[in-house]
Amino acid sequence: MALVQNLPFLSILLSLFAGPLSSIISGKKAKWVNLFVITVVGIMSAAVLAFVLRSGEPYVYMMGHFPAPWGNEIRVGVLEASMALFFCIIMFLCMIGGSLERMLEIEESKENLYYVMVNLLLCSLLALIYTNDLFTAYVFVEINTISACGLIMIRQNGRTIEAATRYMIMSLLGSGLFLLGVCFLYDLTGHLLMSNIQESVRALHESGKYHVPLLVTISLMSVGLAIKSALYPFHAWLPDAYGYSTLSSAAILSSLVSKGYIFLLIKIFYRVIGFDIIRDSKVINVLFIFGIVGMIMGSVDAIQESNVRRMIAYSSVAQIGYIYMGLGLGTTAGVLASVFHIVSHAATKSLLFVAASGLTDASGGSTDFFDLTGAGYRNKVAGVAFTVGSLSMVGIPMFAGFISKLMFAQAGVESNHKMLLTLVALAISTVLNAVYFMKTVIRIYTPEKREVLAKKNFRRITAADQPAKTVALVCFVVLNLVLGIASEPIVKLFGQGLSMFS
Amino acid sequence: MDLANLLSNYEEAVAMILFGIGFSNLLLQKNLIKKIIGLNIMDTAMYLFLALKGYIEGHKAPIVVDGVQSVEAYINPIPSGLVLTGIVVSVSVSALMLSLTIRLYRRYHTLDLDEITTRLKKEGL
Repeated sequence: MALVQNLPFLSILLSLFAGPLSSIISGKKAKWVNLFVITVVGIMSAAVLAFVLRSGEPYVYMMGHFPAPWGNEIRVGVLEASMALFFCIIMFLCMIGGSLERMLEIEESKENLYYVMVNLLLCSLLALIYTNDLFTAYVFVEINTISACGLIMIRQNGRTIEAATRYMIMSLLGSGLFLLGVCFLYDLTGHLLMSNIQESVRALHESGKYHVPLLVTISLMSVGLAIKSALYPFHAWLPDAYGYSTLSSAAILSSLVSKGYIFLLIKIFYRVIGFDIIRDSKVINVLFIFGIVGMIMGSVDAIQESNVRRMIAYSSVAQIGYIYMGLGLGTTAGVLASVFHIVSHAATKSLLFVAASGLTDASGGSTDFFDLTGAGYRNKVAGVAFTVGSLSMVGIPMFAGFISKLMFAQAGVESNHKMLLTLVALAISTVLNAVYFMKTVIRIYTPEKREVLAKKNFRRITAADQPAKTVALVCFVVLNLVLGIASEPIVKLFGQGLSMFS
Repeated sequence: MDLANLLSNYEEAVAMILFGIGFSNLLLQKNLIKKIIGLNIMDTAMYLFLALKGYIEGHKAPIVVDGVQSVEAYINPIPSGLVLTGIVVSVSVSALMLSLTIRLYRRYHTLDLDEITTRLKKEGL
């Protein structure tokens, strides 16, 4: 076994131990430890990715000394390694972009606790990506929820505590259903390792026995994870949680936390149950419908919102809808589009959150839509970045969002029954996206009267005032352009990963 | 035949009914403490279900004392392990929920989540 094959396990372990370590050191040191951990984990993931690409096949890493049906396993393929690398990049940029807000909004004595949460979140995301054991996945789902809750409530005001409570309640309902599904599956198959479960499920499916319990299990797990990732009717907690928590929390929550659950769901579809059985079960049709409703309703809610951060949060609901629509198409092309959208949405949404905070800084901290008038002139970098993010969300060529919309449309055309509905929903949703994002872009580039500026005491913000945020924004913009222009190798990479996923 | 199946597996049926009770309490109750009680009923129902699945009639707990190593003597230990792990998770989650409840109660002097939401909207924060 090559040394590099140990790295996925070591990266999980490193971020896990960085959590408790942060609790005993000062906030400033914890910040550097955190950045260091994210960087190291990113480098490790890149090395693993290079290794898996070279060997061309996934490998299984045995944890402890017990072989397959009994022990615990990590399974690493191209898709897992590239997701881990990508999540590290996004998380690093989110942490840099929000460093100023963290200093202002978090009590100094509690600052190190924030990094405990971030490290544990990274650990649980990595574990969700790599694990090959269903019960381990459940445990890390819970760790993910708890640390995400900590990220929301670290900024202490009534709104965030209420949002954290609502988030916990929704998440617990979701994980309750998911755990029930896991128990049923264990009961039906007698295994907890994903590959072993799939063998048994296939045998069950072919013999035609336990058809209804299997269906119930699939729906329990899908619904559980859909609730946790805020699919449309379960999104009530989301606007408050994203809108009022501190900036890096909002960016990380919207771009990574929900994506971890969706990645687990894709993994369950492919590796635990088998994608053809899932397709036969019709459960994905339900996800498809909810995805489409979410795409439209999320945008409608966003149009009515006057708080710009809540608007971006509602747009997340719509984008999660896209991902579930892609899963619901029931074709490999659809899932590939969803995987690409996980990446492109993560890159775009965190960009939008950071850019919006740059704009609100130039408007006296107000998140109100009308106070943003002319903010694009007062903070030039943030203005350009917000425009890039908006164009990407609407789906203008050259940006990441265009590629994912194109892939969704192509996947939709391939599928016979769902073609019309997919294309119509994509068209309507794109128009709605354009309505609220272009409205905001026009607003931030509408010059404000001099006397109003003087009265409200809005000031200009240059790149030198907020160096960290500027760097993060530039990196985000570059990332978006890379995803939009050089999409072909990335899509190929994900396609290769998906083919070796099951 | 279905009914006979249900009756012979009445333990599982009880576990599922308890799960339903807990789930609907967590979802529908307004009072935060009652929600947390619902959460605990839900989790406990799951542990009951798991423990039932691991139990084999007439077999003992899987602890080797008299040197008996035959598989026939013991029940399946994995569900018990899962229950233990699950208990740890649900303890920490309940603790977190309770601490959130305390925070909310100190701020708003009520345990009614809907009332807190209406007040927040009035504050317009």
